[in-house]
Amino acid sequence: MSFTILKKHELVPTVYLMGIAAPRVAKKAMPGQFVILRIDEHGERIPLTIADFDAQTGTITLIFQKIGKTTRQLASLAAGGSIADVAGPLGKPSVIEKFGTVICVGGGVGIAPIFPIARALKSAGNRVISIIGARSADILFWEDRMNEASSELHITTDDGTKGHHGFVTEVVQNLLEHGGHSGQIDRVIAIGPPVMMRAVASVTKPFGVKTVVSLNPIMVDGTGMCGACRVLVGGETKFACVDGPEFDAHEVDYTLLMSRLAMYLPEEKEALEPYEH
Amino acid sequence: MNTESESKIRPEMAKQLPSERRYNFSEVALGYNRGEAVAEAKRCLDCKKPLCIEGCPVGVDIPLFIRQIAEEDFDAAARTLKSTNSLPAICGRVCPQETQCEAVCILGKKKDSDPIAIGGLERFVADYEMKKGVMIPEILESTGRSVAVVGAGPAGLTAAAELAKMGHAVTIFESLHSAGGVLVYGIPEFRLPKAIVAAEVDFIRKLGVDICLNSVIGKIDTVDELLEEYDAVFLGTGAGLPLFLGIDGENLNGVYSANEFLTRVNLMKAYLFPEFDTPIKKGSRTIVVGGGNVAMDAARCAIRLGSEEVTIVYRRGEDELPARAEEVVNAKEEGVRFRLLTNPIRILGDENNWVTGMECINMELCEPDESGRCRPVALSGTEHNIPADIAIIAIGTSPNPLVPMTTPGLETARYGTIVADETGATSKPGVFAGGDIVTGSATVISAMGAGKVAARAIDEYLGRV
Ligand SMILES: Cc1cc2nc3c(=O)[nH]c(=O)nc-3n(C[C@H](O)[C@H](O)[C@H](O)COP(=O)(O)OP(=O)(O)OC[C@H]3O[C@@H](n4cnc5c(N)ncnc54)[C@H](O)[C@@H]3O)c2cc1C
Ligand SMILES: Cc1cc2nc3c(=O)[nH]c(=O)nc-3n(C[C@H](O)[C@H](O)[C@H](O)COP(=O)(O)OP(=O)(O)OC[C@H]3O[C@@H](n4cnc5c(N)ncnc54)[C@H](O)[C@@H]3O)c2cc1C
Ligand code: SF4
Ligand code: FES
Repeated sequence: MSFTILKKHELVPTVYLMGIAAPRVAKKAMPGQFVILRIDEHGERIPLTIADFDAQTGTITLIFQKIGKTTRQLASLAAGGSIADVAGPLGKPSVIEKFGTVICVGGGVGIAPIFPIARALKSAGNRVISIIGARSADILFWEDRMNEASSELHITTDDGTKGHHGFVTEVVQNLLEHGGHSGQIDRVIAIGPPVMMRAVASVTKPFGVKTVVSLNPIMVDGTGMCGACRVLVGGETKFACVDGPEFDAHEVDYTLLMSRLAMYLPEEKEALEPYEH
Repeated sequence: MNTESESKIRPEMAKQLPSERRYNFSEVALGYNRGEAVAEAKRCLDCKKPLCIEGCPVGVDIPLFIRQIAEEDFDAAARTLKSTNSLPAICGRVCPQETQCEAVCILGKKKDSDPIAIGGLERFVADYEMKKGVMIPEILESTGRSVAVVGAGPAGLTAAAELAKMGHAVTIFESLHSAGGVLVYGIPEFRLPKAIVAAEVDFIRKLGVDICLNSVIGKIDTVDELLEEYDAVFLGTGAGLPLFLGIDGENLNGVYSANEFLTRVNLMKAYLFPEFDTPIKKGSRTIVVGGGNVAMDAARCAIRLGSEEVTIVYRRGEDELPARAEEVVNAKEEGVRFRLLTNPIRILGDENNWVTGMECINMELCEPDESGRCRPVALSGTEHNIPADIAIIAIGTSPNPLVPMTTPGLETARYGTIVADETGATSKPGVFAGGDIVTGSATVISAMGAGKVAARAIDEYLGRV
């Protein structure tokens, strides 16, 4: 049994959207969860967040950035093609409650996983202030969907080609200081590159606002069986695939996360060589 | 038959030479040929009260299949084996026969005499059948009842096979992309070729069992949801959660749990990187902490990956090594070094978060306590560093909590094992369990035995409800 690719297109340069028929996953998926996929017999198992899901049509949507061998190969597949294995939904779902006012931050491809969370938080009655950021306007995606999923949307670009010229953290800081339009900020959720999540955590910490980040360590099985995904949270080792991927942003050891993510850099380069012309 | 047998010694099974095998992942033990198997079979006394059968957790009719080998009726021998054991090619390779059937074989009790090589003969027959094409046994008429089996390890596969033969409709849900449990992710290719596992799994499919891969129960469906769709559930989810030492430096780059290291190598075929996409760090100096079969497997994989120095660090002595003696010998032959009575204190790293070594301390065994086991105690002042760039922690595993956590009404014991009675019945009606999830890490054959017993209990339960 393999999984059929229903659609695939390049959203913005190097970032792809893929719709996959996975009815059993779609039926159970919740915001914050991910799948582990393996393209074929020779493939690596890689985790990708479920960016959207539709139980009715039995489809899940993945959004991924082409960075190494596996994501490159994934990007080369087309609608009608198939993926050998898709396991999920994995990880604990995001906590969706009525918190009050919540800031949702999505940086780079992190916009994809923040979308279903923002949408669920809004329908749970929260006032959702979203901030999406990218290096440049041409690689910013899902502005329309994020607009719908949020009560208020801010955009930032590092180069100033759209929205606020600068980093998402500056907008977060500003909102915390001035409380957005409604005053108090009750919760912050940030998903993006580890450096961004660390920066958001250090901005929110002095305000004492509960902040959640979604960690992306290297994974193999995704079921708690190997420990590849260990992260240090509040001085305790956790397995991100089963204990997370969401954790208290103020407790995470980001230096360890980043150094573990770099564990296979030489091998990743080697795997990529045949692909580079 | 015994009149023909002059030899008291079993034929030694051909093996790849250590000098060759340390550079490849091909099978180490090569199996008996026809002549050796028949000669060995002829040594069997065909005892009136065969103790060997009692020594076998699934109750293989050992003297019968051995007699059939002696008569060179290998098809009949295969039928005999398969009627009680659905995975003979696997058991023939990895079962610790020396502590089971062979331990009680009457010939082994005689002076200067080896017990019958029951494992070797089992492997011979299973391999013969596999080469010839597998026969499918009779399946009883459909009962209209259905059973969900969670986990495709030896326990789940055996329960499924037995239930299918009884005429029940069986679906296995397995979280990984491949069926076999530890047989595919843990035990290395050179001890148990994955093609053998695939062939025996295929036999179970041919019995009509449906295997749904990539299905993590507790996530994609809960046990309660399975009970809505199926008449009974068997849980064979194993003890797959890796334990760490809880010492400093365990999250450094280059530190693996044995599970991760073995999964990358075996399930993901990282030894064939970059032909296969999953990478593994091939260190030049590897330390493996632990003294069981898992530690031996990890050390022997590290040797084959090209690590120049592979050292096992174990806190007790040689006699206390829990691994099969044969595997310890194999490991030594391949160049694995042993630092016994040594315990890690912390793992050392550099400024880039990479392992550079392990600080260890010498241990001494004290007098045995009431339990009869010698507790190792540290000898202060003997701290020393062993340089290494890879550290593999092989100190055991505990049950995966995913299913218990998501199943209200399922009683668990202290270390997270599921509580089940001798028939496999759990505290939850219609839910049975067996294998490592009930006992903690044990053996392939004990898991199979539990699967078999539970299948009978499930059959009875289905007759009742
Ligand atoms: C829970 C989770 C959710 C994720 N969701 C998304 C998502 O929605 N979209 C997206 O684009 N990316 C996501 N990622 C990251 C994605 O898994 C990696 O980008 C991908 O594995 C890279 O594979 P590669 O072969 O293309 O690149 P490689 O060249 O192999 O690796 C590039 C980098 O990706 C990381 N990486 C490599 N292998 C793995 C692995 N097996 N598991 C995790 N990280 C790895 C490493 O930091 C590495 O340096 C997620 C990661 C996690 C843990
Ligand atoms: C490296 C190693 C070497 C060993 N060598 C030997 C040996 O030589 N001889 C011997 O007799 N024994 C050996 N053992 C022990 C033996 O392999 C185990 O005792 C045996 O496999 C237990 O069988 P099981 O079916 O209970 O569990 P497992 O083999 O662990 O199988 C459990 C299966 O359930 C799946 N699963 C878990 N959770 C879920 C879930 N929520 N949903 C769906 N599926 C799930 C797992 O992915 C796995 O496939 C070894 C063990 C290891 C780790
Ligand atoms: S105990 Fe040994 S000799 Fe007796 S029947 Fe069993 S294998 Fe043969
Ligand atoms: S990925 Fe293996 S335990 Fe988390």
